[in-house]
Amino acid sequence: MEKAESKNQVFISGWVLALTALVGTGLMAGVNWHSQPYIAENERQMLIRSLNTVIPPQSYDNDILHDTTTVNDPGLLGSKQASLVYRARKGSEPIAAALTVIAPNGYSGPITLLVGIDYNGEITGVRVVNHHETPGLGDGIEKRRSNWIDAFTGKSASNPGEAGWKVKRDGGNFDQFTGATITPRAVVGAVHKALIFFSQNRAALFGDDQPGAVVEKSMSVN
Amino acid sequence: MSLSSSLNILKQGLWTNNQALVALLGLCPLLAVSSTAINGLGLGVATMLTLMLTNLIISAIRRWIRTEIRIPMFVIIIACVVTAIELLMSAHFHELYLILGIFVPLIVTNCAIIGRAEAYASKNSVIHSTLDGLFMGLGFTLVLVILGIIRELVGYGSIFRGADLMLGEWAGRLTITVFPHYDGLLFAILPPGAFMGLAVLIALKNKIDRVKAARTQEINSVQVGLEARS
Repeated sequence: MEKAESKNQVFISGWVLALTALVGTGLMAGVNWHSQPYIAENERQMLIRSLNTVIPPQSYDNDILHDTTTVNDPGLLGSKQASLVYRARKGSEPIAAALTVIAPNGYSGPITLLVGIDYNGEITGVRVVNHHETPGLGDGIEKRRSNWIDAFTGKSASNPGEAGWKVKRDGGNFDQFTGATITPRAVVGAVHKALIFFSQNRAALFGDDQPGAVVEKSMSVN
Repeated sequence: MSLSSSLNILKQGLWTNNQALVALLGLCPLLAVSSTAINGLGLGVATMLTLMLTNLIISAIRRWIRTEIRIPMFVIIIACVVTAIELLMSAHFHELYLILGIFVPLIVTNCAIIGRAEAYASKNSVIHSTLDGLFMGLGFTLVLVILGIIRELVGYGSIFRGADLMLGEWAGRLTITVFPHYDGLLFAILPPGAFMGLAVLIALKNKIDRVKAARTQEINSVQVGLEARS
């Protein structure tokens, strides 16, 4: 009798726990269903805003978020995974492209960069998307910490040329930070490689006439 | 609810049973995010809101929580609250989310929340529990901000840097440069600085408590002496 009673108790506890998990999961599904469209819209806005920091918004008039192509070049872009390239056009003229580049040799792991390059191979802007560099030393690569990253704007593969694409300590044209050379060295190297990649693949980058093909595919999966 | 009982909860949360200095709970987020005063404030406020909400919910359903399954139920409830906060913040306060967002998942690693659920919310009324969440969170926030100020002062020579990122453009003027042309002491900003800073704060609190205790003992013995003489 007593045994049956305690067995009963175990079952009640089990059911209460299962019910809690069920209610919790249900609530989370509801909150997720409510938030998802807002979050997607917010993220779209953020993406446009960050693209506009590397490509001036008045220079193009296409729907840049849906004019994309994928690239994959671990040697020059630093990532084993394919990444999206956003293409800016005015009318049918190609204007610029925004590439995601990874500098694998940061002081504390990889540094992710967004590099805007115009059709002539000149940099329109660079921003650090993600990094783990030492606060106070290496984080000067962030725009909100210093203007160092603006030094790239207007540069190209031939200006300052192969020898100039290094930090000053290595005999190049770009400043390093006091106490931090590795971080700027990694960023300068990655931006230079992005320029080389762009000059090698320019025709292919803008030639693929399937605007939005990749984005559409990923949306239908969702 | 009487005033004295809420004052007692206030005292417990801020001093006697301070989650960071006495219970030593929630050290993982505490040490990770206290590199500046503003970061500390961000994590503190997020933790306080979560603690109030989880205490409220757990206290409200405490009669249905069976003893043998209480811990998994606390875990489910806390995980749900934190997830909901993160999703809703990302949807409706995206700017704030970009700044506080990294702190919100850190709250899950804060043992103080499950600690309060177990020690207080599962045994007390809804109002008391919410108040407990508020004051325990406030005590935690205060330690975070003070530790942030110490580390920032030693590490960067300033206070409240980055305030504009959290509170808007106007707050940029809040940044006070205490030592101009200061090269900074990296040690204070990196994790070892957090351990040292927290150790100093705990030692300071223990010292104050000891001095206080010695003084009351002295007064008591003087009184006893006076009584004996009379």
